Amino acid sequence: MHILSLVITNLRRHRWRALIGMAGIAFGVAAMLTILAIVTGAIGMFQRILSSDSHYLVFERNVSDLFFSSVTREQIAAIRANPEVASAHPVLFGIVSAPDHPVITCFGLEGSDPRLAKAEWRSGKPENFGQRDDEIFLGSRAAEFLGAKMGQTLEIGHGEFRVGGIFKTENGFEDGGVFLPLAVAQTFFHREDAASVVTVKLRDERSGAAFKHALEGAVKEVIALENREFNSSYNSFKILNFTAWAVGICAFCLGGLGVANTMLLSVFTRIREIAVLRVCGFSKQQVAGLIFGEATAIAAAGVMCGFAIGLMLLVILQRIPQFQGYVQASLQPIVLLGVIVTAFLTAAAGAIYPARFASRIEPAEALRYE
Amino acid sequence: MNKPRETLVHARAVFKSYDRGKITVLRDVSLDVKRGEIVALWGSSGSGKSTLLHLLGGLDVQDSGHISICGLDPRTETNRLDLRRHHLGFVFQLHNLIPDLTVEENLRVPALAAGRSAAATRERLLELTDRVGIGHRLNHRIQDLSGGERQRTAICRALMPTPRLILADEPTGSLDEQTGSIIFDLLKTLAERDGIGVVIATHERRFAESCHRIARMRDGRLDEVPQ
Repeated sequence: MHILSLVITNLRRHRWRALIGMAGIAFGVAAMLTILAIVTGAIGMFQRILSSDSHYLVFERNVSDLFFSSVTREQIAAIRANPEVASAHPVLFGIVSAPDHPVITCFGLEGSDPRLAKAEWRSGKPENFGQRDDEIFLGSRAAEFLGAKMGQTLEIGHGEFRVGGIFKTENGFEDGGVFLPLAVAQTFFHREDAASVVTVKLRDERSGAAFKHALEGAVKEVIALENREFNSSYNSFKILNFTAWAVGICAFCLGGLGVANTMLLSVFTRIREIAVLRVCGFSKQQVAGLIFGEATAIAAAGVMCGFAIGLMLLVILQRIPQFQGYVQASLQPIVLLGVIVTAFLTAAAGAIYPARFASRIEPAEALRYE
Repeated sequence: MNKPRETLVHARAVFKSYDRGKITVLRDVSLDVKRGEIVALWGSSGSGKSTLLHLLGGLDVQDSGHISICGLDPRTETNRLDLRRHHLGFVFQLHNLIPDLTVEENLRVPALAAGRSAAATRERLLELTDRVGIGHRLNHRIQDLSGGERQRTAICRALMPTPRLILADEPTGSLDEQTGSIIFDLLKTLAERDGIGVVIATHERRFAESCHRIARMRDGRLDEVPQ
């Protein structure tokens, strides 16, 4: 018999308590996994929008969020005039509403934007984009939830637009969004001559430093960041990530309390038995190890169940039409590792007091009253 | 000339009290037990038998006096572990077995604590269970055994580390008269055959009288009863 069989026997004997502890960890794992997968997926989608076929992102310096950034027509011209630049595409972000759909992301693009050519067009043609000022183009998910078809007139915000094309993109944000020609979007959002960001493709990626130095020297109001640099420094991404981890860890804290409660009850009901183990030669460390072993087994079972629940939740969430394709879960290895480590740390933390209590049980005291 | 027998228990002028000295349980107790000796601690309830056994087993610590078990001072944790893993076996009034484990699993607990090999443990437990007549019950859970079988299992568990000394606290106290006699005889036979020292706490005179020596406990004092 190995100490593991004692651990399993103890959990089997207190199976309901063990299940409650396991459920605490499982819900913590599921919550953390779901939140982190959604947030990481959302951040990834946004990053892909920004980095679409480009090396650098140019936006207004010292702005709190890209939605408030303004890069003017003159500044766009200055970017394009830089000899290192192969192409520069301004993008204007906005939020529009439609009946029953108060929040829809809107992208103002130029007709030459590469994402239009790369999309899979379900109806209409990319070359028609921007030909008419009264036309709007829809991502396929947006067309689905708006119930819109090619040629139909849609009420968007305070205006009416004819659907000029519907296309499918890989990116959930884009696929659930609507697209206007840049000039139309600028008028619609009262952002005349401005774009939120400019995505820049260089002739030679290695000349990035020269491009950045020249641009920021000539146009003090803007900042140029390499895509990777932007992703790691953009505050909104940091806040989202931090919030997701914070919420997940809070869920785990509840799970940890569950484990602590389970283990404590389990120890309280086994005081005599633990005393007998001590009499049979178990050291304090071995007794503590037994309790930590039980907590670890609970955590292991909780992690497995939590992953199953979390993955199931993600599959369900991705299939709910109301989410408009915004849920594109991304399970990064670092996130999975973080969830597993947090689960085991939580279980271990929850077992500290019960293990300490168990290892300090005095056999004589526990066995005195037979 | 016979070789002098090894002294397993050497206790001198032991005092023990509870409740900050308000209740004195042992007063100036001295006791020697040699290898192969079976000594009865005989006395009524509350006379201090169990307390003395607990002190001898390192389950509790005396207020004053000196105790040496198999040459070790049981007041330190290292010595206590050494004693429990290699030199001492305990038998309690209630068997104190782990109810959801089988007989075999219960018997493996001391070996688990001491880190003994599974094969050696298996060999030892087969030998012991055959000797006490529960070899056919190895895979049964404790709750499926009779009172006598449970106490036989508890005796086997005490013998698993091949101890030099067994401390038995009212081992027949929870059994009927007939089963009690069987268990007592079994304990005595095993001890005599293996040359183990045994200290049995009992309040039953008939069991005490069949031991090699009787140490009578009364109000925390110990007197040898001549036989």
